[in-house]
Amino acid sequence: MANLIAVLAAVLCLFMGVVVVSAKNPMHGVIALVANFVGLGVLFLLLHAEFLAVIEVIVYAGAVMVLFLFVVALLMAGTRSPQEARSKTLPGQVALAIAVVGVFAALVVFALAVHTVLAAPPPPTTSFGSISNFGTALFTTYLLPFELTALVLLAAVIGVVFLARER
Amino acid sequence: MTLPTVDFLLVSALLFAIGAVGVLVRKNPLIMFMAIELMWNAVNLSLVAFARQFGAVSGHIFVFVVVVAAAAEVAIGLIIIVLVFRHRDRPDVDTLNAMKG
Repeated sequence: MANLIAVLAAVLCLFMGVVVVSAKNPMHGVIALVANFVGLGVLFLLLHAEFLAVIEVIVYAGAVMVLFLFVVALLMAGTRSPQEARSKTLPGQVALAIAVVGVFAALVVFALAVHTVLAAPPPPTTSFGSISNFGTALFTTYLLPFELTALVLLAAVIGVVFLARER
Repeated sequence: MTLPTVDFLLVSALLFAIGAVGVLVRKNPLIMFMAIELMWNAVNLSLVAFARQFGAVSGHIFVFVVVVAAAAEVAIGLIIIVLVFRHRDRPDVDTLNAMKG
């Protein structure tokens, strides 16, 4: 059962990824990316990362992609049709990109096929990945990195307000 | 019932490859940005898979920090895209030729 769900989620993720990079209309790309994140959330659940699965769907599929939707609507409103918004690629650009990335992917797949050190993961403790387990680690061992993420977000907020100010 | 970690790493690598192709091939800055998000999340998947493999919650913390960084990056990146392409007739990175590159 878990196998079937994992395969379905993985296929959904990969298919929606292809849809994102091949979308003629960015709006379709945003929708496909939301579906991709939902599939990733399912994979996170299967890996016992319950809190991160929730974060993935709420923060990514919810908040971040809404931001994307607004910007897509804003930018594409001025163009005559989304299809016209494509220009010619350089000669050989697509073939070269797929070749380079294909070599990378082949190397990773080869390494994963050869490397058999990883034993089957041990059964997790009942609390692994739960909010209490995650929160305990976040607020004790990793308190300083957590505080620093607040600085990152503050810098982002100030940067956006600065860039969006009236000139 | 445990699924092999290698399978998740495989999906992660393929997702990353798809995202990389998207950044290299597409001209629409929004699609390129979405492909970058795809790559962020491919890496997140492998981090979560390794956290499961080694029973280490530090991998989850790292993914949390990555999500925060990605959210900040999206906010800044999208406002820059809006400012650059607001007065152009189409969102296309090829129109950014002010430096005659």
